[in-house]
Amino acid sequence: MNFDYNEEQQLLADSVRRYLQKDYDFEARKKILAAPAGWSEKVWATFAEMGLTGLPLSPDHGGFGGGAVDLMSVMEAFGEALVVEPYLPTVLASLVISRSGDEKQKQAILPPVAEGKMRLALATGERGVIGAPMADQVVLVRGSEVLIGKPVILKSYRTVDDLSAADIRLEKAERLNATAIEEVLDFGAALSCAEAVGAMKFACDTTLEYLKTRKQFGVPIGAFQALQHRMVDMFIAHEQAKSMACLACSKVDSSENAADRARAVSAAKIKIADSARHISQESVQLHGGMGMSEELKVSHTFRRLTVLLRRFGDIDHHLARFASL
Amino acid sequence: MDLNYSPEELGFRDEVRSWLAANLPAELKDKGHLSRDELLRWHRILAKKGWVAPAWPKEWGGTGWNLVQRYIFEEELGFAGCPPLMPFGLSMCAPVLLAFGTEAQKKRFLPRIYNGDDFWCQGYSEPGSGSDLASLKTRALRKENHYVVNGQKIWTSYAHYADWIFCLVRTDPTVEKRQEGISFLLMDMKTPGVTVRPLILMDGGHAVNEVFFDDVQVPAENLVHKEGKGWTVAKYLLGYERMNTGRIGESKRELRKLKELAKSRMSDIRWRDRLTRVEVELMALEITNLRFLDRMRRTGQPPGADVSMLKIKGTEIQQALTELAMQAADPAAQETQALERRYLDMRKTTIYAGSNEIQRNIIAKMTLGL
Repeated sequence: MNFDYNEEQQLLADSVRRYLQKDYDFEARKKILAAPAGWSEKVWATFAEMGLTGLPLSPDHGGFGGGAVDLMSVMEAFGEALVVEPYLPTVLASLVISRSGDEKQKQAILPPVAEGKMRLALATGERGVIGAPMADQVVLVRGSEVLIGKPVILKSYRTVDDLSAADIRLEKAERLNATAIEEVLDFGAALSCAEAVGAMKFACDTTLEYLKTRKQFGVPIGAFQALQHRMVDMFIAHEQAKSMACLACSKVDSSENAADRARAVSAAKIKIADSARHISQESVQLHGGMGMSEELKVSHTFRRLTVLLRRFGDIDHHLARFASL
Repeated sequence: MDLNYSPEELGFRDEVRSWLAANLPAELKDKGHLSRDELLRWHRILAKKGWVAPAWPKEWGGTGWNLVQRYIFEEELGFAGCPPLMPFGLSMCAPVLLAFGTEAQKKRFLPRIYNGDDFWCQGYSEPGSGSDLASLKTRALRKENHYVVNGQKIWTSYAHYADWIFCLVRTDPTVEKRQEGISFLLMDMKTPGVTVRPLILMDGGHAVNEVFFDDVQVPAENLVHKEGKGWTVAKYLLGYERMNTGRIGESKRELRKLKELAKSRMSDIRWRDRLTRVEVELMALEITNLRFLDRMRRTGQPPGADVSMLKIKGTEIQQALTELAMQAADPAAQETQALERRYLDMRKTTIYAGSNEIQRNIIAKMTLGL
């Protein structure tokens, strides 16, 4: 039993965090979103240089053989910075290919992904596929079959949390072996939990800062006990959520059976859906009118959390799955 | 990061589990409203095994277990349905004596606490001093080689069983900073002038009392730490007290019993979701508790103020479980009364040991800097 990151994980977490603080602050992000593409090739190239795009892939394909725990700190940092580049969609689709593709498919796709030259998306239906507009290939799960192909964009749009999505169909689709899908979706759910934890951390930190600086009635509003206790409850919700993200990522990497893994992931999704809703709503409420404003990052964090908690299965789905295991 | 127990830790858990299965008397298992003899009987069984005070230094009988082993042990005690180990001697008075007591005090009291020779209780709250404990008024006036104590304590758990009480008393009512006029005093409950009056709570049970002190003469050697340093001692102790309030083992046991009791209701989605949410809360609490232990292990730092959250969440879960158990039972059945009484009784958990509102104040101030 230990909660430590190893040295490599810690170094990676630190360098990702440093990079995002320096080059991906709220203003930089705004500029990226103001451009028609809605994402930055330069940022993507940096992700590749840092080894992020190849992180979960095997060394045979230019990767580092990382697991969910290795990606956890990256996703936490992405959540804090509200990254809009399609990192998780690419990671998840590349995992499906590396686990279920044939050697030809792997060689054609995975090394370019690791090098940052190719982006992917994972679709569980043909509508609202996140990352599809900039994806070279899309892995589509349709019922019991899994297909891979080039996406034809039928309609593209931005999600409420500023991600690029599209309704698609696949061109020249090839079939993939579907056995690893549940596992990859749990991997994605666990990492979306880590992303939410990062976003919640920002929401808590910035709200606490606001309580200490915003003055009314001649004192910082954080002097009022009614607000102090609400801030404490946000803090607790974040700590609990963080614990569950650790559990989910750790079990995704180490579980010997699928039920054990699925149980941990569903439990994390349930807890984090509650925490994310609680923290996002309170962070806006405690900011007062300013919390509603687009000018503050906290309102963008609200948007990310609101949508994120329903991705990879909403709370009702996971309540049902948890109870069935 | 690996959140699975190591093979060694699992081996330790199995050793504890099988020993408890073989040594916990059936008539004590899951028993509520325990008598003094029943509580001490279990205490002495563990003392004989050498397991009654794992956290103490080895020279005084501690086991030398690491933090994770101690956590596993406590969880197994709860999970097996053991009678509670009364904390007042083992994990309140003893740590204070170890940290602040004289050598003579340690030698006099620690072995008797360990062996279950003395039953201790805690004299903190007063009628006018609950959350605002530092306003306490029970007066201890120094006269030559003893103190004369007058005043009243309230909510004193198991005072009616106790041989000894440790008290916060006011030795100096004149100092400007009222905390500096408080001292930590040990009193023999058999001393003339000590009177115990039962307070029956809404579940009908007798666990707490009022304790009156009327010209009670206490030898000066029973003062712990220096005069006026009682508040320092109390604050040290609060950290200890909160480490035990997650009650995760007990809650796991209650959850398992509840699942058994309400098996047929799992097809009702409303019930299923309510139960699942509490189960998930308990998982989150367990992992958070382990995460704090892991941090203590790595940094060597004592628990920070944010362990208050273990108390807040742990007690909320305990209460939620008793509420669900009551709801799951047939309201017309006489046996349901026991569940209803347990629900009534457990309302105390969010009030005692520093109410959950006080815990939030502590986090706001110490952790968040508000």
